[in-house]
Amino acid sequence: MTRADDSTSIDGLGSPTGRLGSSTGRLGSSTGERPTLVLRGLTKQFGDFAAVDGVDLEVRRGEFVTLLGPSGSGKTTTLRMIAGFTHQTGGTIEIEGTDMRGVPPYRRDVGMIFQNYALFPHMTAAANVAFPLEMRHVPRSEIKRRVADALALVRLAGYGERYPRQLSGGQQQRVAFARAVVFGPQLLLMDEPLGALDKKLREALQLEIMQMSRQLGATVIYVTHDQEEALTMSDRIAIFSLGKIAQLGSGEDLYNRPASLFVADFIGDSNILRGRFQSNGDAGWLVHGDRRLRVSQAAARRAAIANDADGALVVRPERIRITDPGGHTPSTNAVAATVTEVLFLGPIRKYELTLADGQRAFVRVQAGSTERAWRPDDPVSMTWEVDDGVLVADPGR
Amino acid sequence: MTDSWRSPHRLLLVALGALTVFFLTVPTLLIVPMGFSSSEILTFPPPGWSLQWYEKMLTDPQWTTGFVNSFLVATVTAIVSTILGSLAALGMVRGRFPGKSLANALILSPLIVPVIIIAIGMFSLYVRWKITGSLAGLVAAHSALAIPFVVVSVSTGLRTIDRNLEMAAQNLGAGPGRTFTRITLPIILPGVLTGALFAFLTSWDEVVVAIFLTTAKFRTLPVEMWEQVRQVVDPTVAAVATTVLGVTTTVLLLVFVVRRQAPTT
Repeated sequence: MTRADDSTSIDGLGSPTGRLGSSTGRLGSSTGERPTLVLRGLTKQFGDFAAVDGVDLEVRRGEFVTLLGPSGSGKTTTLRMIAGFTHQTGGTIEIEGTDMRGVPPYRRDVGMIFQNYALFPHMTAAANVAFPLEMRHVPRSEIKRRVADALALVRLAGYGERYPRQLSGGQQQRVAFARAVVFGPQLLLMDEPLGALDKKLREALQLEIMQMSRQLGATVIYVTHDQEEALTMSDRIAIFSLGKIAQLGSGEDLYNRPASLFVADFIGDSNILRGRFQSNGDAGWLVHGDRRLRVSQAAARRAAIANDADGALVVRPERIRITDPGGHTPSTNAVAATVTEVLFLGPIRKYELTLADGQRAFVRVQAGSTERAWRPDDPVSMTWEVDDGVLVADPGR
Repeated sequence: MTDSWRSPHRLLLVALGALTVFFLTVPTLLIVPMGFSSSEILTFPPPGWSLQWYEKMLTDPQWTTGFVNSFLVATVTAIVSTILGSLAALGMVRGRFPGKSLANALILSPLIVPVIIIAIGMFSLYVRWKITGSLAGLVAAHSALAIPFVVVSVSTGLRTIDRNLEMAAQNLGAGPGRTFTRITLPIILPGVLTGALFAFLTSWDEVVVAIFLTTAKFRTLPVEMWEQVRQVVDPTVAAVATTVLGVTTTVLLLVFVVRRQAPTT
């Protein structure tokens, strides 16, 4: 994945020091290159409560990193500390190798897009975009050119003379983007920028923001609570929980190899089968009553939980197959169940099964002509490849 | 329950409303024709029509200096109280300091304390300081009366402004000073202007404090009117009153224009 080399339309968006819009390839082999943003032990204490509690994060140039988490998990506070609106009570923030302690927001040189866009209502779109350049005493003629370029980038050429109230939500969003990138910031922060828009527009703008960021080679920190948005847009996702990063990785990492029950539960749907872990050297079993589920060697190693400790096996609904009772092979796990609900959702069929102990499980199957349609009350066996089960520690309820 | 305006409740309400409007407007509007009267004394209805009283108003130095004085005092009061009141509003809305609610109560107290008490208090102080009959003294007194209006009007703007706008400005490279002049001030400007216009009006028709603090050498228009009415009942007073009313109405209309021009977020 390399950045489009057609940089003619964004000429002048990059500052003379060549930050945004520099020729660095996005996700390029950045070995030895200094990270654009480094957070070390970043902490924000409000009295006894730690809103952000020792966050470590390194973001490479050109990377799109999303901070994802439920509200109150510390993601927005982290973003505000990076922007300089809130002071950390511990830890450090480095942008391009410079410690940001004591640097006020107006000297940090980071662009930010707010949830409600925060366009200045008394200025036209062009004046909004020109504002950061005026603050930097850019010559008038150059301002004119760079504003025009930035508005062209967000496909709003010809809308410069309109006031924010004369623009639609999506157009306002794009003006906010142009304003945040026009001065060539080293870092672009976005605080739920699509939160106020309806689903269809949101999806269209997700793609646009991705493409425009990529075109500029921008380093982006994106905050959202929408996991689909995070999966769609990000190179890497940091899942926040209780002020800490619960897991950091690509969307595929998080989905296929969640490191904790919280992450497994937060990203996507999952079936969670609890039990006691019994190691047999490399691999092992998860035992619950007379139910014994195989745990793959890789899963056991990643989870690194002690023999005889409480664990949970996470299995995604689309990795499970429904078969006649009893059928299982050495490379699969099988659990006896009864079909309780069948939902046809167009491309997929969703089954709700009930296990012997009363637990419910969900299975998603591609609806097709060759697929066997099960009916409620059918006794079945739900089976999955041992490798598709992810073992995580079970902290208990 | 019927919604017809003929229902007894409704009729009573309409009658009450009409009566109120009558008492509010008729005495004021009676003044207007009396100023155009041909009679030598203040009577209603006027026996005939003439512009002589307006002519007298525009030529008699007592009236013309009164006009100039009032206009001067009101303008300077508007400027002084808008600056001080806006700063006070900033402190009250944004500041965090001990005794803030006490300070707020003191700033707004001229709205509640009877004007006659303020007037007597100021008079005894001014006499001791020997500044009765001075422009600066009257401006200071009128500013104390006008500042609460500015504070209320500017505070409303400051409370409703989206703080993200100021954060965005800072993020884009504007320090606190430029954030205020380029973003905060333009957005709260309608509130500031409204406050300024009300401050002007507060001073423009203020008579109680002015009676105490002015002298024969330095009189504002309302005081001049008061003096004249007590001595001669000459229709010039009605002409002057009509003019004062005209200025007041114009300023109030300006307030509406300012309000309507306010940018909507």
